[in-house]
Amino acid sequence: MYIAHLSLTDFRNYAGVELPLEPGVTVFVGQNGQGKTNLVEAVGYLATLGSHRVPNDGPLVRSGATRSIVRGDVVRDGRHALIEIEITPGRSNRARLNRAPVSRTRDVLGVLRTVLFAPEDLALVKGDPDTRRRFLDELLVARTPRLAGVRQDYERVLRQRNTLLKTAAQASAGALRTLDAWDAHLARLGGELLAARLATVEVLQPLVAKAYAHVSPAQEEARIDYRSGVELGDATTAAALADKLTDALAERRSDELRRGVSLVGPHRDDLLLSLGEFPAKGYASHGESWSMALAVRLAAYDLLCGDGGEPVLILDDVFAELDSARRSRLATLVAGAEQVLVTAAVPEDVPPQLTGVRHVVAEGEVRRVG
Amino acid sequence: MYEGVVQDLIDELGRLPGIGPKGAQRIAFHLLAADPVDVRRLAEVLLQVKEKMRFCEVCGNVAEEERCRICRDTRRDPSVLCVVEEPKDVVAIERTREFRGRYHVLGGAISPIEGIGPDDLRVRELMERLADGAVQEVILATDPNLEGEATATYLARMLSPLGLRVTRLASGLPVGGDLEYADEVTLGRAFEGRRLLDA
Repeated sequence: MYIAHLSLTDFRNYAGVELPLEPGVTVFVGQNGQGKTNLVEAVGYLATLGSHRVPNDGPLVRSGATRSIVRGDVVRDGRHALIEIEITPGRSNRARLNRAPVSRTRDVLGVLRTVLFAPEDLALVKGDPDTRRRFLDELLVARTPRLAGVRQDYERVLRQRNTLLKTAAQASAGALRTLDAWDAHLARLGGELLAARLATVEVLQPLVAKAYAHVSPAQEEARIDYRSGVELGDATTAAALADKLTDALAERRSDELRRGVSLVGPHRDDLLLSLGEFPAKGYASHGESWSMALAVRLAAYDLLCGDGGEPVLILDDVFAELDSARRSRLATLVAGAEQVLVTAAVPEDVPPQLTGVRHVVAEGEVRRVG
Repeated sequence: MYEGVVQDLIDELGRLPGIGPKGAQRIAFHLLAADPVDVRRLAEVLLQVKEKMRFCEVCGNVAEEERCRICRDTRRDPSVLCVVEEPKDVVAIERTREFRGRYHVLGGAISPIEGIGPDDLRVRELMERLADGAVQEVILATDPNLEGEATATYLARMLSPLGLRVTRLASGLPVGGDLEYADEVTLGRAFEGRRLLDA
């Protein structure tokens, strides 16, 4: 798939921009702070309904405006689909698909799929578990949009349950009895989420190993494994995993009451990325960590391609972070993708394999130069 | 800001659920232009609703007397009890004319975030009503959202030692609709709750 047209109104530093795009490679060059990343951030928003840079929508709206509008014309197998999202911070967003309002914004998920590489990706290897959980969950949702609802419901049950645990000291015996009811729903939704995560990691595993071997040839094998705080045994179905969670919740009940927070469930899990014998976090060099981060993203890209509908690849400022060998291998790997959007502050950072359309971005204006 | 009492009216209307500042302003100017008789009737109804209406001491529904119309009606089946969150849910179920049992209005759903626990709902009254053994079946008709489901789960567990038949309203496809327009969650639930067709 590819985006044929991107249109922004009051998004970040853009008052209004209309940007026709083509399949193949498109490079946006311009100095820092001119709005290159904002363009690809908007494309990512159409795909995931979230920004890869900020956790909430406030900064996405141009200062002085109350809402932004992002529009993208997505072409898949020759068919056009127009996604429009109106972002109003503090309120729920509104979305339209082919000019018809959708009942829930998340109904537009899955229309456009992207895989975005950004300098922030290093946190996949070096950062906290929540970065890796978010990566995995976004991948689940891209593959199975229904899981966006499961994920949302799980978060809500978790918030309700944490509030209950936090106030447990003052709560009446009756209020504490409701904990069993929340446990039941935490286990049900958690089981569903866990089943999807485990299945995804299983298919991701060989793809990560393969991608790492391409990015960093002749080095140790890269692995990705799911690490759950709960002993899962060989359970793989949602129902069996829910049972495991139920047992673990019963076991940790007194700990949870004492600490006032939910200690059991997929929100406590992590992905273990390792190179050979060692975990990448703490052991891998800077270069190896980058290779690992790229391998994880490339594997996600591979996975989504396999599911049908090749995603749009976005490389946001990543070449500046890589040495020339990694740069050139990455460029070779992605050059054949249906659409690649690249941003770079220094044109020379973009490897010669990635030839295509060039735009110069300056002061909120985008100008095609070749 | 408008002068005097008009602004007070807008402020008061704006405090009502579902009415924003623009809506409040529109209603206020509508009232200002309306026939004084109509406005007086509205004012009287507003006063009366607080004076005359109360909550049924049996089921918690809105009532003009100690007991609501449904609890007073001897033709209603006392062996089936339908538990709902709000009085408006009673009205919704009554519209079906399918249910001939009685109701119990909880007054909300369990939600720790909003500080609502079982002690804030009419759960104790429910248990008291069930004590005499007249009720054979309890239908849990709380909303099919997370808080409603949690409330139903909680009640089901409370009720299980009593040896009653405890049922939950089915979730599934809207009647007269198209399968293709159903969202995945609803369709998934409909699959779970599918039933055998007698041929």
